[in-house]
Amino acid sequence: MNNRSLSWFNTTSLVLGFAFLYLPMLILIIYSFNSSKLVTVWAGFSTKWYGELFQDEQFMQAAWVTLKVGFFSATAATVLGTMAAYALVRTKKFTGRALFSGMIFAPLVMPEVITGLSLLLLFIAIDLDRGILTITLAHITFSMCFVSVVVSSRLTSFDKSLEEAALDLGCTPFDAFKSVVLPIIMPAVASGWLLAFTLSLDDLVIASFTAGPSSTTLPIKIYSSIRLGVSPQINALSTIMIGIVTVFVITASIISKQSIKKYESEKIRANL
Amino acid sequence: MNIRRFTLIFTPYFWLIALFLIPFIIVFKISLSDPALAIPPYTPNFDLSGGWSAIGTFFSQLDFENYEFLLTDDLYWKSYLTSIKIAFFSTVFTLIVAFPIAYGIAKAPLHLRPMLMMLIILPFWTSFLIRVYSWIGILANEGILNNFLLWIGIIDQPLRLINTNIAVYIGIVYTYLPFMILPIYANLEKMDSSLIEAAEDLGCSRIGAFWSITLPMAKSGIVAGCMLVFIPAIGEFVIPSLLGGSSTNMIGKVLWGEFFSNRDWPVASSVAVVLLAILMIPIILFQRHQQKENMNE
Repeated sequence: MNNRSLSWFNTTSLVLGFAFLYLPMLILIIYSFNSSKLVTVWAGFSTKWYGELFQDEQFMQAAWVTLKVGFFSATAATVLGTMAAYALVRTKKFTGRALFSGMIFAPLVMPEVITGLSLLLLFIAIDLDRGILTITLAHITFSMCFVSVVVSSRLTSFDKSLEEAALDLGCTPFDAFKSVVLPIIMPAVASGWLLAFTLSLDDLVIASFTAGPSSTTLPIKIYSSIRLGVSPQINALSTIMIGIVTVFVITASIISKQSIKKYESEKIRANL
Repeated sequence: MNIRRFTLIFTPYFWLIALFLIPFIIVFKISLSDPALAIPPYTPNFDLSGGWSAIGTFFSQLDFENYEFLLTDDLYWKSYLTSIKIAFFSTVFTLIVAFPIAYGIAKAPLHLRPMLMMLIILPFWTSFLIRVYSWIGILANEGILNNFLLWIGIIDQPLRLINTNIAVYIGIVYTYLPFMILPIYANLEKMDSSLIEAAEDLGCSRIGAFWSITLPMAKSGIVAGCMLVFIPAIGEFVIPSLLGGSSTNMIGKVLWGEFFSNRDWPVASSVAVVLLAILMIPIILFQRHQQKENMNE
């Protein structure tokens, strides 16, 4: 059945499904090259909105803030999330383990308005000025949980005896982690970082609660300008963002495919 | 327990206690306070310097007034109901759209499946805000969809789509679709297709085989997908505020408004506490379901 060609029903549902997923974004991209300011009228090809976008100081400033927050929060969240995953997978019993695993799970399904509100009230209670630091702290907190989920699924699937062998051969637990566990879970750690970075770049609600007046992020800026309706400049910005993500995801999938192939061929050679 | 293990466990643990648990306790406390024209805009404030008697008065000033207010003012309980209703129906719609796609991919030739799955996941990596925004231009009164329908002559005058609940449903189905497709596909892919062939050989109709074999096998994926859509959709803010109208009062939008426009922090906090209490039921059910799934594997 697997290799039989698709039935007309399956083909239709796939075509319709992908059209639904991609047409809106395609329309967005096409209209970013429209020379008219109106989205409904096509007035000829133009790249002027891209030029205007790059000259807009506020957008550039916001993009820079967003990238900084994304980089630092993803890095810290990867370290904390990997630690949390390792602790939860390898230590079956410690005081408060249930609370810990609950707190790792909860932010995954928590509405952003609640997370944002509660963090803001905390920052006000401890009198911490709102700005890049508070957005970064907020982003670390929810992204580390996503990282932890990604990493722990990898940790549970790999052969624990490798790590035990390293310990038996005289490795300290830290060395065993560094030279045995870390290389094996590295792909998961890397995709955890990417996920954390994307979540941070994408976040509007939590950033709106925790940002100060001088630390507008790109989503906050986009949101305030699209509340007024469709703007071709935002279409241009969206096209750039969609382009970057597409290139990124395709490259990542090619690299991972090659590393899987390399791993398989090494395994075959080892068996010979 | 040695020092390294202690550091490993307690660094992320304390982080979450400080930035996840304690903030909730603060929200709960403020939800019991009264609004005030001050900075911060609520009373009473915690003052340790006053000693035990001050702590005593602090607790005596806390009350459930804001919760009574939520019950009596119909804006709030109607918003909760609207949120649950919209989340429920959009979950159903997402399932209806997602299932044939997941099924189609699971039945596609083996070498095509990774590429098709990548195409499903790709939109998830692009900005959520942009995906919602892309529908504004399509659904507007003079938008692409209305122009197209007028042009082919199905309608005489533009449909009102933007700023209605219909637009919110479309937005939720569109943005949450990958969350529904992924778990269903994961289940369908594992399914042994010889079971269906056996059923058909034994005289089962195609539709009969679908109802009695395919659907039960995909059940846990369907449950997981529905939870992944339903739970976040209840507290959704971006979609109702950009695509919904002034009458689309979903609770996330109400909370945002209480906080940013009305500056009523105690009411915003109590809205958050009640929302969390409502979500506790599906969240706990979902976690149980996931644990059971992990045990089975």
